[in-house]
Amino acid sequence: MIRSVPRSRWFNGLYLAYLVAFFLYLALPLLVTAAFAFNDAPFPSLPWKGATLDWFIADGSDERTGFFHDDSLLAALWVSAKIAFWVTLISVALGCGNAVLFERLDFRGKEILYLLLLLPLVIPGVILGVSILVFYSGMANEASRAWAVELDLFRPGTPLVVMGQVSFITTLSTLVIAARLRKFDPQLEEAALNLGATPVIAWFTVTLPWLLPAILGAAAMAFLMSFENFNTTVMLTGSDTPLTVALFNRLREGSTPVLNAAALVLMVASALLAALVMRRGSGNSA
Amino acid sequence: MRSTSRLSLWLLLTPFALWILLLVLLPHVQMLRVSFQVRESWDTLAFGVDQYRNFFTESYYWRTFLRTGVMSLFTTLITLLIAFPVAWYIARLARGRAKGWLFLACLVPFWASELVRTYGWMILLRESGLFSAGLQALGWVDGPVEMLYNDAAVIIGLVYNGLLFMVVPLVTTLEGMDDNLVEAGYDLGGGHATVMREIVVPWAMPGIVSGCIVVFMLTLGSYLTPILMGGKDSAWFTGQIFTQFITRFNWEQGAALGVLLLVLSSLIVWLGLKLTGQSLRKVMG
Repeated sequence: MIRSVPRSRWFNGLYLAYLVAFFLYLALPLLVTAAFAFNDAPFPSLPWKGATLDWFIADGSDERTGFFHDDSLLAALWVSAKIAFWVTLISVALGCGNAVLFERLDFRGKEILYLLLLLPLVIPGVILGVSILVFYSGMANEASRAWAVELDLFRPGTPLVVMGQVSFITTLSTLVIAARLRKFDPQLEEAALNLGATPVIAWFTVTLPWLLPAILGAAAMAFLMSFENFNTTVMLTGSDTPLTVALFNRLREGSTPVLNAAALVLMVASALLAALVMRRGSGNSA
Repeated sequence: MRSTSRLSLWLLLTPFALWILLLVLLPHVQMLRVSFQVRESWDTLAFGVDQYRNFFTESYYWRTFLRTGVMSLFTTLITLLIAFPVAWYIARLARGRAKGWLFLACLVPFWASELVRTYGWMILLRESGLFSAGLQALGWVDGPVEMLYNDAAVIIGLVYNGLLFMVVPLVTTLEGMDDNLVEAGYDLGGGHATVMREIVVPWAMPGIVSGCIVVFMLTLGSYLTPILMGGKDSAWFTGQIFTQFITRFNWEQGAALGVLLLVLSSLIVWLGLKLTGQSLRKVMG
């Protein structure tokens, strides 16, 4: 089954057919979603009635409202972007600190703390959301009842969603940054110190530039994961719903090609972001 | 020097501790506490196991619980079986550029969110969907066929969601294997099955375990796919938790169900690690 071991012809044929089927299985749902964003019919299904851009740009005058004129979806998109911005900022900052903590410092109880760091990965997203809802919203209810203090920050809404997402995205960004820091040669930093740099200057001029590709990668990943997250978000969202939740609510009412258009816009945006980071990453390592 | 290193330790330990305490540990302790609270009247609380008793006496709860667990295990197994040959091809047989492109092709669907992926499957499988239209066009069926809203559809969607998280760790471990090991297995007279069982699988075990754990966790905790693609009888446990919290405002019951889901997932992850002799650190970190 390896290159040097001969394989029979029919085995090779079968294997190839399997791979083709596999990649078709991967591509089909996305291709179909994208294609029906352009179908000139009010319902995303066959027959094909010709191509149109209505589901993106129609302004509502013709009983069709395209994604770019759909105010509620655009508002949701903005909410998602705000959430993703804060989540990226906080989780990458925490990730940098955590990476240095676990890769460069030695202290008692490090093993246990490292397990704690990994813990959010083995907690289902729904549970992370629920526990934060119970803790913070419960606290807000209690404060309101006992002391008539309104802690609106802790009611379901954008701040709570940010907290919920940071709880697990921080672990992922830490792992990405720590993996890069592990490959760093500490002698470089020592050289900087020997040449008279203070530890702070050495960190900013030697270590941080080395970490930058990983930090950018972690930021892109954090942004995408935040943008696409549903399970944690749905438990914590208030009246200002982010895009995935808004799309889900629409979908429950029935599917329209506007959903396909929104999905396509999301896919293209994430693909661009991912391609950008990959290009940068490969440029740096070459 | 010593005092600066102590200072930097505290400077770095503080944000970590705040994050893990405020966003992970304390909320879960509180969830556990609430799950044991019994509301006696609107402002008095007592402690008891009422919510857990409800779980065991209402067959709807524990049946869904078991169903979710069993279907998640099944999904994990199918994902492993589907992903292994693909990972093998990418890691061992594809060369040069093809290797990179195939790997990238596995990643592409995951630039779309779970909602988009599920929506794509709905368009394919539903009564007015593409598969149904295709079958009619081929003349194999007379009228529209509903392929959505059943357990098979749910599993197709769940496997789809999990594939990436299985392929990546498998490729990573399989890439590190030495061809000589496999050749030695054949030279010593082993057949395909023996080489697979004695050499390849043991070598790939860290990747298999890590892939299975992640896929199992994702599946068990998934909400969109089973809710949107499942039928009337295919309830999912996360759906019940959601109902308790959002629809019924019964936080105590919801917290108890949440604790039970967490216990189930931790138990299975722990069992998986124990049975295969792996550690969480090696598998995840």
